[in-house]
Amino acid sequence: MAFKRNIDRLPIIPADATKHNVTCHYCIVGCGYNAYTWPVNKQGGTAPNENALGVDLSKQQPANSEAWYSPSMYNVVKQNGKDVHLVVKPDKECSVNSGLGSVRGARMAENRRSDKTGTQQQRLEEPMIWRYGTWQPTSWDDALDLVARVTARVIDKDNEDDLFVSMFDHGGSAGGYENTWGTGKLYFESMKVKHCRIHNRPAYNSEVHSTRDMGVGELNYAYEDYTMTDTIFLVGTNPLECQTNLFLNHMVPGMRNGAKVIIVDPRRTVTANACEVEAGKDNVLHLAIKTGTDVALFNTLFTYIADQGWVDKEFIANSTFQGDVAQPLDEAHPAALGSFEFALQECRTSLADGAAICGVSEADIVKAAEWIAKPKDDGSRRKCVTAYEKGIIWGNDNYRAIGTLVNIGLATGNIGREGGGVCRLGGHQEGYMRPSDAHVGRPAPYIDQLLIAGKGKVHHVWANDHYKTTLNATAFKREYNRRTNMVKDAMDARAGATREELVDAIVGAINAGGLFSVNVDIIHSQIGQAAHVILPAVESGEMNLTSMNGERRMRLVEKYMDGPGSAQPDCMIAAGMAQHLERVIREQGRSEYADQFKGYDWKSEEDAFMDGYHANTGKIVTYERLRAMGNNGVQEPVVDFQDGKLVGVKRLYADGKFDRHGREDKKALFCAGQWRGLQAAGKAAQRDNYAFLINNGRANIIWQNWFLDKGNDFVSDRFPLPFIEINPEDMAELNLKQGDLVEVYNDVGATQALVYPTPTARRKETFMVFGAPNGAQGNIVNAGVNELILPNYKHTWANIRKISDATPSTSRLSYKSQEYVAS
Amino acid sequence: MKRCDKLVEVGRRQFLRGGLATAAALPMVGLMAKDAKAATNGALLDYPSGKLANVNDLKLNEPMEVSYPDEDAPGVLLKLGKAVEGGVGPDGDIVGFTTVCPHKGFPLSYNAESRTMNCPGHYSVFDCEAGGQQTWGQATQNLPQYRLRVDDKGDIYAEGVDELLYGRLSNVL
Ligand code: SF4
Ligand code: FES
Repeated sequence: MAFKRNIDRLPIIPADATKHNVTCHYCIVGCGYNAYTWPVNKQGGTAPNENALGVDLSKQQPANSEAWYSPSMYNVVKQNGKDVHLVVKPDKECSVNSGLGSVRGARMAENRRSDKTGTQQQRLEEPMIWRYGTWQPTSWDDALDLVARVTARVIDKDNEDDLFVSMFDHGGSAGGYENTWGTGKLYFESMKVKHCRIHNRPAYNSEVHSTRDMGVGELNYAYEDYTMTDTIFLVGTNPLECQTNLFLNHMVPGMRNGAKVIIVDPRRTVTANACEVEAGKDNVLHLAIKTGTDVALFNTLFTYIADQGWVDKEFIANSTFQGDVAQPLDEAHPAALGSFEFALQECRTSLADGAAICGVSEADIVKAAEWIAKPKDDGSRRKCVTAYEKGIIWGNDNYRAIGTLVNIGLATGNIGREGGGVCRLGGHQEGYMRPSDAHVGRPAPYIDQLLIAGKGKVHHVWANDHYKTTLNATAFKREYNRRTNMVKDAMDARAGATREELVDAIVGAINAGGLFSVNVDIIHSQIGQAAHVILPAVESGEMNLTSMNGERRMRLVEKYMDGPGSAQPDCMIAAGMAQHLERVIREQGRSEYADQFKGYDWKSEEDAFMDGYHANTGKIVTYERLRAMGNNGVQEPVVDFQDGKLVGVKRLYADGKFDRHGREDKKALFCAGQWRGLQAAGKAAQRDNYAFLINNGRANIIWQNWFLDKGNDFVSDRFPLPFIEINPEDMAELNLKQGDLVEVYNDVGATQALVYPTPTARRKETFMVFGAPNGAQGNIVNAGVNELILPNYKHTWANIRKISDATPSTSRLSYKSQEYVAS
Repeated sequence: MKRCDKLVEVGRRQFLRGGLATAAALPMVGLMAKDAKAATNGALLDYPSGKLANVNDLKLNEPMEVSYPDEDAPGVLLKLGKAVEGGVGPDGDIVGFTTVCPHKGFPLSYNAESRTMNCPGHYSVFDCEAGGQQTWGQATQNLPQYRLRVDDKGDIYAEGVDELLYGRLSNVL
């Protein structure tokens, strides 16, 4: 049976319920919500004055009503130790979503931990230490003492290279300015840890180096630009599923205002279908290029637009670098950067060559160029907003792909202006505030490969689940299990020993090649199964948390409930770690080094915010001021506080000055990124040796690596296993039926998925949802990266074999087309 | 064995949720439909038993508009021609669903070719042959389906709905 809650009524929010500002903590869009809480023994009534919605609830409410919430928006949680009702519902007053919820965000309440309704029982509550052959709950002091004692044995003032750190750098979720600052201060100020990586990639680096090197920050527009543009240019992105309410509340109105849409994606997504529904087929151009040929496409478009004279000469003259080469190609720059003329000469690609490489027609490339840049009949400028995401970020030749795309925006003067912008769409919200990472170096160390190679002795893992999301995951898990098991064995052998003896035993094991793993997370993750100490963290809403969305809109999520058990904000956990390290190192007589760990006497996350964000951004933003700005917040950078309001910046670079690269002249640079085929090691060989492209990415219903959704009945009912979309003719050749379980395997590993027949999939080109707990796509992604250690997850080829017929849980699912058709 | 544990777990959770809603039972008794009242002890509301149609009224794969549990709650009856989840009648192929989208309340329309209910609001698709499972979409519920009963004369009665209907905080107003 399809999952049904059999909930046919919900408690009514009383008029005097407490209302909190909430920004959805899932995707980058950061939709506004409100959390209402009230005592568990109270309820509102149907009369308008008896409920917080102010309407007569004895009547059926109309479409788009604010006066309805679904069972997924309801829960019973703890607040200051007491049970309260909780409703988290979308905020109509928020300009980001205007009251829309998505299939992810509208489950925020249901995805909170509750003793009463039994939701998210998987949340960690107490610190745990590996003892007596399994994990035993313990106190913070005991757990942090062990972490500090083992860590202190492998670090010293001048050498912290044996401490490896995996730490999130995002906003939303359990990220945000408070928590990136807490962890950043510990590892980049008290220490100078070089061997670190970020939650979704195997090194500590930018996902978008090239646009930054060109002077163009990657989040430069406002969402309203989609509603005031002529053309929406979507590259390697599927916003209906991955940035849902940005698509629904900004791109759709743009199309209804007459904007055309160009989609560059080898796969036909539901976004393409919805664009056709909204804009009409004639106004949507889907360039289904051969996978990974983006650079050739962008260079062809750039050349054609330049040759037609459809460039913004004044903008190029005033706002971009004049001359030849500004930054030569070198180890840290996978393409040279310089003037428009220089880049054009290097990138020049004919229509015929571009069409042949990309596998699309010359006519379609010309059409795209016209939609992007051809002046209108009255001679006026055409506006175009460009949005890109993981298709090129996690695709082929990241540096050049993003750089050559930004070239088009710069050449046509479409950055810093209404209806323009060249922006990444983003995954999580952002919320980055850390001391300089310059000591890490560029290219940054490839952490996962170093761990596989036996490097590192202690590993601190902050909300990273390499097991589900890294590349080359088969090898990574094998080695990580082996190395951490060495330490578990050593700990088991010293059961009953004193702390000192235990630490000696652990250090003995790590000196023999083992790895001591400390895991900070909200759930017991898959990599957490290998951990020796587990520290429970809280999420957004269980703490006050600030982040910014994809148009740099900063909001404060107000704490509206308790965290589970004794779980703490990451910033406070980092502070605790620092204090224990200071104590232990001082005990050891290294007082100068111990002094570096001072400065963490924060009482709350607000203190961490003041120490980090506030102190480092002009001392303007405070919790109180942000709270007053509500769910519309303020667009960063925040430049002033006037008339009781924070003042931000709607669009970056409106003055035509580009500074993201730090150049004094504030001139943007163009990227001389020539097409060079499949760039990362081993990709071309895999393509030539395996039958199927295993394209991969997100799906609408699942947030990130399923960390909460695997415990959500609605989601696990829909997809008990990760799906793989396969063309029905390919299925016939492989003797597959819908719902069958298949193994997907290649030279680096294997994984499993359930078969979802997909007629729109091109032959031999599959799509598998990423990050699943029971079929990690990363198992079959090889270790190939670009020069700056940016992974290429998208380019994976493998063979497929049947494991079994559909199981009872997979045979009853809907396998129909996911495309909406007007009836 | 694992599967069994999961079922027990799911059952436990649903019991807790049901019990909770009861504890917070809403004072809506007798506000609207005359034979409907809010449950006091039951796990679910007492629904009106409404005759929606006779099996002979239904044509294969042609939607028949109905409303349930009251006239402000539009829905549809379908005869799908093969036994499906929640299906009743001699062939187990008759099902009924709300036609108000559980995302933001836009009216769904039936696509006879795919046998799905499709939403023009934000493109959600619900599979009528799979218990209203959301094939794709923005709702956080599968499509509310009617509990149906067919009597000896072939009359089709609705006797409940398995999810909260959009636009009301109690299915029985
Ligand atoms: S679109 Fe993103 S931010 Fe908005 S509700 Fe959905 S998951 Fe949350
Ligand atoms: S109202 Fe149906 S999908 Fe939004």
